[in-house]
Amino acid sequence: MTALRHETDADIGDATEVVDPVPGAGAPHLPQQPDLVQLLTPEGERVEHPEYPLDISDDELRGLYRDLALVRRWDVEATALQRQGELGIWASLLGQEAAQVGAGRALQDGDMAFPTYREHGVAWARGVDPLHVMSLFRGVDNGGWNPVERGFNLYTIVIGAQCLHATGYAMGVQRDGAENAVLAFLGDGATSQGEVNEAMIFAASFSAPVVFFCQNNQYAISVPLERQSKVPLYQRAAGFGFPGVRVDGNDVLAVLAVTRNALRAAREGQGPTFIEAFTYRMGAHTTSDDPTRYRLADEVEQWKLRDPIARLKAYLSRSGLADAAFFDGVEAEADQLAARIRSGTVDMPDPRPTDMFDAVYAEQTPHLAAQRAAFEAYQASFEGGEH
Amino acid sequence: MAAEMLDAPATQTLTIGKALNLGLRRAMEDDPKVVLMGEDIGKLGGVFRITDGLQKDFGEDRVVDTPLAEAGILGTAVGLAMRGYRPVCEIQFDGFVFPAYNQIVTQVAKIHGRSRGALPMPIVIRIPFGGGIGAVEHHSESPEAYFAHTPGLKVVAVSNPVDAYWGIQQAIASPDPIVFLEPKRRYWEKAEVDTSATPEPLFGSRVVRAGDDVTVLAYGPMVKTALQAAEAAAGEGRSLEVVDLRTVSPLDLEPVYDSVRRTGRCVVVHEAPVTLGLGAEIAARVTETCFHSLEAPVLRVGGYDVPYPPSKLEEEYLPDLDRVLDAVDRAMGF
Repeated sequence: MTALRHETDADIGDATEVVDPVPGAGAPHLPQQPDLVQLLTPEGERVEHPEYPLDISDDELRGLYRDLALVRRWDVEATALQRQGELGIWASLLGQEAAQVGAGRALQDGDMAFPTYREHGVAWARGVDPLHVMSLFRGVDNGGWNPVERGFNLYTIVIGAQCLHATGYAMGVQRDGAENAVLAFLGDGATSQGEVNEAMIFAASFSAPVVFFCQNNQYAISVPLERQSKVPLYQRAAGFGFPGVRVDGNDVLAVLAVTRNALRAAREGQGPTFIEAFTYRMGAHTTSDDPTRYRLADEVEQWKLRDPIARLKAYLSRSGLADAAFFDGVEAEADQLAARIRSGTVDMPDPRPTDMFDAVYAEQTPHLAAQRAAFEAYQASFEGGEH
Repeated sequence: MAAEMLDAPATQTLTIGKALNLGLRRAMEDDPKVVLMGEDIGKLGGVFRITDGLQKDFGEDRVVDTPLAEAGILGTAVGLAMRGYRPVCEIQFDGFVFPAYNQIVTQVAKIHGRSRGALPMPIVIRIPFGGGIGAVEHHSESPEAYFAHTPGLKVVAVSNPVDAYWGIQQAIASPDPIVFLEPKRRYWEKAEVDTSATPEPLFGSRVVRAGDDVTVLAYGPMVKTALQAAEAAAGEGRSLEVVDLRTVSPLDLEPVYDSVRRTGRCVVVHEAPVTLGLGAEIAARVTETCFHSLEAPVLRVGGYDVPYPPSKLEEEYLPDLDRVLDAVDRAMGF
């Protein structure tokens, strides 16, 4: 096989040793985690990791900051729009911007990503118009972008189902002889799903070019990680026969480096990798959730110190890569984006009622066509008179 | 084997099993994107040998022995379909489809609509279904109603070698996901198959025996039972018209309405439990459409509302010739 690569053999070898039996409980100790890949400390200090050198230009660094700031601004605006009744619900990515932008920017043209329903930062990186995401949460459609054109599947709401789709897509990439990779997103809760485990088995068996990117944000709605796993999640990969790596999910540079590495390996035919991006969901699960019922404010306060945007800003400022004018410019751009999202959402037309009949099948059935016609006649009976 | 088939005469005597095998072969020859997936379908040729010899001729990338995980088979099929492939998934037995039920109902059925047509799901889910083979639990079920109830899926049930040969090819060529039900106890039934003929449409029912007194509807393994009942009834001077529904979703009931308007009586036969089975939907539609022609309520003959019983009881559980005739008698009694 195939999938055990030299640079991560150390991780595999440690599989039986429980390094961090209760990850995420209480105060996080990220710098003390021996296996955590980090390139930018919470204080914004750039550090090197022997296995993950990062080749990145100054423009790219500034671009990452812009991505993070804009995605957060979008998220804030969406939460506000939900509170004002303009969205049915919103799943906030607050705190997970670096994990998503880092992973999204590691993808190349021709690669394909399979999101859950929270990957707005990846959608952004793939060039999906935020209004397409907003239309989903507004209830207009199920996300209007073209998945294959964008290299970004539609959001998948049933937990973990998309990991199998990603694996199957990667099996197709393999059959096409294409040098592309597939990135499957999942959360910590999803690792308990049978389908996710089946996906990893299929991926390993066929050495499919897929990378499983798990954002461990510590909670599956209210249930903490220790209910899902007695071992650190990245160590699960050893049981499937491919490398697992834990990266500081609030460090966009480390996420970028680790994901790039795994995607490259997949493209080169080395099979899957499991990435655990260790992060924290700063907000509620969704706008319908109340996290004060299941976690302590103190925990949230500690994670604020690890903010993914603040540390990159500190690094850019300190190293002279960006000045106040740059940051002001990004902020102005973020405000423009928020205004566009707001007006675009509020002005979004409702779907036509008959839309629900029209894409159920590629080849419409006579029965459904008749039902549609009956529906139209019924609707029309209300127009211009008594019913 | 391929050469032998090419040299074969256009009309051959084939069992349903062989007809499916030949149909799958033709589909794979016609379209390199067709990929067969399932448990034991490669070297072994499937537990019913429906895929016999295909891996040898088309290779392991096109006839894939998957890990033993039905959700995994259907979930990866979704990804392959997104990539432009046409997966044909074999579920080994009817009762084993439920681990894949989540993928079929929440994903396979919905992705075309979710994507407003951007992601067609040309997936065929082959399921040997129905009882009568003396098997243990989970090997004799008729799960068609679960799938027929799910918008986005189409469901067909073949009853004979001709429909098996053409139907599997038509299903594979269809852009929509299709649950393809194979009457496992009839796999060894033979018929002449003209492989140069023009096939009938996949989604159409067909009158397979003309008659005047009662319209009997069946699909899959029960078509033979219905025809046997019609033969027996003829001996008693009763004329049954038998319709092979062929497609369970969408239903093609126009020929049924035409028939019922003439006979005034209708009996629906299936192996699945009667409550909320296909018979219930058909009875409702026939009643709505043919109300003034009906001389009797539409009657249902099906499995009892119990889990499929141990095989020593399946003869009592399954509709047979006598139970069909009993329903015919009752219909005539109104």
